[in-house]
Amino acid sequence: MRAKTTVVVAGLMLAAAACGGQSNETTPSASGSASAPAAKSLAGTTIEIAAKWTGDEQKSFQKVLTAFEEKTGAKVTYASTGEDTGAYLGPRIQGGNPPDVAVLPQPGLVQQYADQKALKPLSTEVQTQIDTNYTPYWKSLGSAGGQVYGVLVKAAHKSLIWYRAPAFDDAGTQPATTWDELIGKTAQTLADSGTAPFALCGASGWTLTDLFENVYLSTAGPDNYDKLSKHEIPWTDASVTTALEKLGQIFGKKEFMLGGSSGALQTDFPTCATQVYGQKKAAMVIEADFVASSAVQSGAKVGEDAKIMPFPKAGDTAPVVLGGDVAVAMKDSKGAMALLEYLASAEGGSIWAKNPGYLSPNRNVSPDNYPDPLTKQLAQTIISAGESVRYDMSDLAPSAFGGTDGKGEWKALQDFLRNPKDIKGIQEKLESDAAKAWKK
Amino acid sequence: MTDRLDGPQTSRGDDDDVVARGGSPGPDATHETSETTETAARKAAAFGSSGNLGPSPKVAIYFLLPAFILLGAWVVYPIVYSIIRSLYDANGGTFVGLENYGAIFSDSGTLTTIRNNLIWVVVAPSLVTVLGLIFAVLTERIRWATAFKLVVFMPMAVSLLASGVIFRLVYEQDPDKGLANAVITSVHDVFAASSGYPGARPRENDQAPALVDKGAVVTRQPVQAGQQVLIPLVGMKPEALPSDAAAARSAPATPGGLSGTVWLDFTPGGGTVNQMDGNEKGLPEITVEAVSGGAVKATTTTAADGTFHFAGLPAGTYQVRLPQSNFTQPFGGVTWLGPALITPAIIGAFIWVWAGFAMVLIAAGLSAIPRDALEAARIDGATEWQVFRRITIPLLSPVLLVVLVTMIINTLKVFDLVFVIAPGSVQPNANVIALEMWRVSFGGGGNQGLGSALAIFLLVLVLPFMAINIRRFRREQA
Repeated sequence: MRAKTTVVVAGLMLAAAACGGQSNETTPSASGSASAPAAKSLAGTTIEIAAKWTGDEQKSFQKVLTAFEEKTGAKVTYASTGEDTGAYLGPRIQGGNPPDVAVLPQPGLVQQYADQKALKPLSTEVQTQIDTNYTPYWKSLGSAGGQVYGVLVKAAHKSLIWYRAPAFDDAGTQPATTWDELIGKTAQTLADSGTAPFALCGASGWTLTDLFENVYLSTAGPDNYDKLSKHEIPWTDASVTTALEKLGQIFGKKEFMLGGSSGALQTDFPTCATQVYGQKKAAMVIEADFVASSAVQSGAKVGEDAKIMPFPKAGDTAPVVLGGDVAVAMKDSKGAMALLEYLASAEGGSIWAKNPGYLSPNRNVSPDNYPDPLTKQLAQTIISAGESVRYDMSDLAPSAFGGTDGKGEWKALQDFLRNPKDIKGIQEKLESDAAKAWKK
Repeated sequence: MTDRLDGPQTSRGDDDDVVARGGSPGPDATHETSETTETAARKAAAFGSSGNLGPSPKVAIYFLLPAFILLGAWVVYPIVYSIIRSLYDANGGTFVGLENYGAIFSDSGTLTTIRNNLIWVVVAPSLVTVLGLIFAVLTERIRWATAFKLVVFMPMAVSLLASGVIFRLVYEQDPDKGLANAVITSVHDVFAASSGYPGARPRENDQAPALVDKGAVVTRQPVQAGQQVLIPLVGMKPEALPSDAAAARSAPATPGGLSGTVWLDFTPGGGTVNQMDGNEKGLPEITVEAVSGGAVKATTTTAADGTFHFAGLPAGTYQVRLPQSNFTQPFGGVTWLGPALITPAIIGAFIWVWAGFAMVLIAAGLSAIPRDALEAARIDGATEWQVFRRITIPLLSPVLLVVLVTMIINTLKVFDLVFVIAPGSVQPNANVIALEMWRVSFGGGGNQGLGSALAIFLLVLVLPFMAINIRRFRREQA
């Protein structure tokens, strides 16, 4: 019996593959027509989409794909790229057999693949969706050389402080809304109560860059943030000094960090989350929405003892820094564009939002769609921040500067954590590393 | 190999062979083949067809071809290509000459890797060899030698990556997690018990009646005899107080004396700052000093409710001081994973892995030593140390050299232990050439030109030791 089933399944798969091949040949002629994809217009088309998601994230995404299939009649196959998307896509691009749609974990890859001529410009329909649902910033982020190639379909919220509610209750303190309140009142009270306020994950350099980006976006504003992201202003700028001084208010006080700066520098992510929720040695950990999974593993209940506060305002802007995944078309097929249009639309985003593990950067996806109050709260901060939402700066930088262990920004901020007095020296180091990285 | 295949030869042919080989110590495949063909052809000419017992040159080439192709594809081509690639920039499009090599020696980060590699090469191989020798000599004398050898050899069965993960845990700062610090702190605590109130400190503001001065807590204002002194402290959990601590209360005023209270001034959810709120506890057993003119005039300790009292103090102004000894932090062990100790710590892990390997090799060499030499020395009246120093070691020296050179090559290319054990923040301090090479070319750096230059630099460093090894093998065979 079992053998027979296998044969049948294999036969079906062969048939599907054959269909796919056929449709790929027919699509170029069809793509000439300008009509928007109407219901069931894609019957018989096979679309392959590659993304890095696995487990629950993949399950949630496949529900969106199913909804798309039901709407259009197309068949969508999902391919998992594994952690290193570049390593998966590179050979497929070179082999001339890329997936129809790929989801890139960094906007920097959009530029890289556009340079390799591996991307197809988005159709006007997709661009209309982007214009309605996203701020111009996101459109420019998905563009390269004046062409729009990508759309941010999934966001990670990096402007959060996770705290342990019982520790706050013991100390009798409340979440802060401004940086000064956070340092002067919340953290000080926690320290006075005998609990270390912050568990910093200094061994994981990216957690420090996330912290810096939030403070910088807040103190220097979105315009300066954009300039610094592109290295149009130097790292020796006064706005960087201000942000580093704010960071120094934490880094310079050993009772504010669990284990002092030496302890923080030996702690990597997610150990710092465990220190807060598992060992209960500290009260707050400053990192993105994905801390939730570490908190749950440590036995905390998200929403009860593991709570979040939006990153407090350190200047005029309430900072919202997002990370996230950009969907691009690698084949100029009607199916690929239709799928991207669906993913960029409020309709697709709402279906996705109803499933766990998803946060939409789309401003027209109502926060009411989310299954839990926490994600709802996150979505609201994105919508209310509006035009000043920004993408993770270190992910926009060349990876030699913003994404390598022991180099560039990671190392400079770790050095700063080790010696928070030398702001000028750190800025000079940052600037010289940045100059080297951008020159390439 | 050709010697054996060719069978009987004239002494002239042999000499030629040795000279040709002596001139080229490296594993030069091309040379070797041409040499083979040449000598074979020459011999064929000298002896005629009847004298040649080996295969014809053609057959020899066929036999050598697979090895030649594999060597070419996997050794020669990559090396040559790396050399070429190292002369180009990050994108591989622009020829930059020796610029990448210049970058190696001008970047302070890369210079650190070279310095670290030097430390590794000097320290690790000799320690491994010495330890291996000690283990090997000792196991010769004990009853459970095999069991002991098995245990010491066991780490070899674990991959270096896994060993790295193990040692990352061993070196963890927190004594609850890190084995090394657990041992050190428990030994330390046997000899020096930790003091009472680590972390306790006055509030940091201008209204606080006390402040920190050189680690000790002192009163902000000078106090007169007969006055009440309040020293509120924070920064400790109430659970951490000794069980006999009682609710803090004001010390009863005594004429002529100086009295006061030291207490934990923290009530969850507020409480009045700098006042005893009823349920706030006193800090018992704190040493209190009355200081005047820089000299300690009287010393006392606090009671269970935190009150203290100096009786019979002459009139005058005093400063009340809680010396630093009240607040010393508990000994937290050694910061193995900090910038200072990271390289020695990783070398420790390396020794753990390789000592067994060295021991097994040396033990094998030891068992091959002619016993009569040792016996003769002993009969001649040599002490055990003299036998070891003058007989055993010289006889063992070929094996020791093999172990040492193998270890030098191993340490030059050490990668995984450093990658796994050093936390991200100290990786620049622990960095070695092989790790830097990977990081620069693939791990985010994206500069395969510089990476290739580093690879070639590493190759140049390894080559002399390879040459030593090969020469020695040659000499042994001769």
